[in-house]
Amino acid sequence: MPANRFNGQSDYGVGIGLRVPHYAHILSKKPVVDWFEIISENFMVDGGRPLELLDRILEQYRVVQHGVSMYFGSADKPDREHLRRLKTLVRRTKTPWLSDHLCWGSVDGTYTHDLLPMPYTFGAARRTAEKIRQIRDYLEVPICVENVSSYAEFHVSEMTEWEFLSEVVELADCGILLDVNNIYVSSQNHGFNPYDYVDNVPHHRVGQMHVAGHTKFEKYILDTHDHPVLDPVWKLYAHATRLCGVTATLLEWDDKIPSFDEVHNEALKANEFIDGAKKAAV
Amino acid sequence: MKRPPKHAPSRIRTTRELREFQRMMAAAIVRPLTAEDNLQPRWIDGRPMEKVAAEFVSPNDRLTSLERLQLYGRMYWFRLFDAIRDDCPGLIAALGEGAFARLSQAYLAQCPSRSFTLRNLCSRLERFILDNPRLTAPRTALASDIARFEWAQTVAFDGESLPVVDGSKLASTPPSRLRLGLQPYVTLLDLRYPVDSFVIRVKRRDTLRSEASNTPDSEAVRRTIRRAAPPRPSRTLVAVHRHHNRLYYKRLDPAAFRILRALGGGSTLSRAIAAAGPGVGPARVRNWFKTWMALGWFCAHGNKRRRAVSLL
Repeated sequence: MPANRFNGQSDYGVGIGLRVPHYAHILSKKPVVDWFEIISENFMVDGGRPLELLDRILEQYRVVQHGVSMYFGSADKPDREHLRRLKTLVRRTKTPWLSDHLCWGSVDGTYTHDLLPMPYTFGAARRTAEKIRQIRDYLEVPICVENVSSYAEFHVSEMTEWEFLSEVVELADCGILLDVNNIYVSSQNHGFNPYDYVDNVPHHRVGQMHVAGHTKFEKYILDTHDHPVLDPVWKLYAHATRLCGVTATLLEWDDKIPSFDEVHNEALKANEFIDGAKKAAV
Repeated sequence: MKRPPKHAPSRIRTTRELREFQRMMAAAIVRPLTAEDNLQPRWIDGRPMEKVAAEFVSPNDRLTSLERLQLYGRMYWFRLFDAIRDDCPGLIAALGEGAFARLSQAYLAQCPSRSFTLRNLCSRLERFILDNPRLTAPRTALASDIARFEWAQTVAFDGESLPVVDGSKLASTPPSRLRLGLQPYVTLLDLRYPVDSFVIRVKRRDTLRSEASNTPDSEAVRRTIRRAAPPRPSRTLVAVHRHHNRLYYKRLDPAAFRILRALGGGSTLSRAIAAAGPGVGPARVRNWFKTWMALGWFCAHGNKRRRAVSLL
């Protein structure tokens, strides 16, 4: 799905996250990058250097907003101040779509600043979808929800994670940001087949994909975003691309960040799999 | 956060049940860890934590319910400790790592984040220090000064900038009717210690140490900040502000401080100048205003509500 209503009918290719250690390089060298993903919260401020920098980036690059604290799955109502600031930023960036996570992270107005896994129940799916609809209607921009990596499961769950994701996006009529690294990490932590996950989500709703590196520990895998993408994740990405079509793809690298060129070259590896999917389609 | 239910709900069909489930898990995560970075062995009602975790978290073939929940508890605390450290290098240097860690834990336990952004994490730290002096004794006055100063830097970094007042307005409006507002990103501080020079010294020392080391500057490799000798008490009046989007601290003469404080409080220009006190000649006042205008500190009067919000 190179362009669909969930990514604003855009045709974005391979992008990378806009991160502080690369600011100077980007502004001085002006490298060719198809698009940058920004963390919305970093720019939901009133003034100063963050907005000055963002405006300079917007003069030359396409930018997509990715949030980390909307918490579609929290039982709380959406925070009005958060929404107001987010809408202001949407108008500034003209992001063709906006993404945030299928998770919760706040309750009674207290924030954990974490992406906490949902209990996979029909009731939780209904509440989550209702919030996504409210937020999308207010922001007036397509929304893609991202599957998170997780380290715990709950007794109350009534379905698999991919069934829950499918239920939510169908009820909300929104898109999916399919994070194949998160699928892989969760599959190892919870003992499911990651290909079952990718096979069973509504492919026509995938508006964007994420790839990233992770770290293996003795008893679990952590989604650390501090390594190159590992082979099993690239293979899963190739599989997802065959099923979903060539989709806007972003490499996340958030810790132990190497040079701009190293990050960008790692991201561009996605093109090998995109080309493969294109050939397979012909 | 409201008190969690006695037991996690056995089903989640309604928003109320979802909220109870989330209260239960959040309460488990935000409780301070033990000295070994584990969840507390007992729940708030005294039951073993293993039993409580097993009520709602499934185990797998490698981790118990408690161990899985504990991963989230650790991630919560480590993330917030990192965030508060990033914002408070001066406070760490003044208190030392151990005392700062105890202060941070107590602060976050009593004042968990109420904002969607970690940017606001330290907004209540000064108040907390004053309300809990034993945590910073005998350096409570210094600690509270530094907390105010470091929060003012956050405000100066990305606070709102309103249109600068037109210089011709000053000339054309009688001083008895003219009111000027201070830019929301400017914070005036009346401090008991010269914490501006203290923080500069700490930052300069740590920058030099960083440049002298080959250790990768990674968040995962957290550098220890050495305790620094405290400054001697000395009343210090300073404006924390930004210019061309760079942070600055500007020392202020007491009379100049009084003028700015009066203007920020809504006084007319003539009343503000009178607040400077006797013996302040018009030439000095003119020079101050010339500098402040050049720095763009004045905006239209009437942004007090926004300012109050930004300082909460």
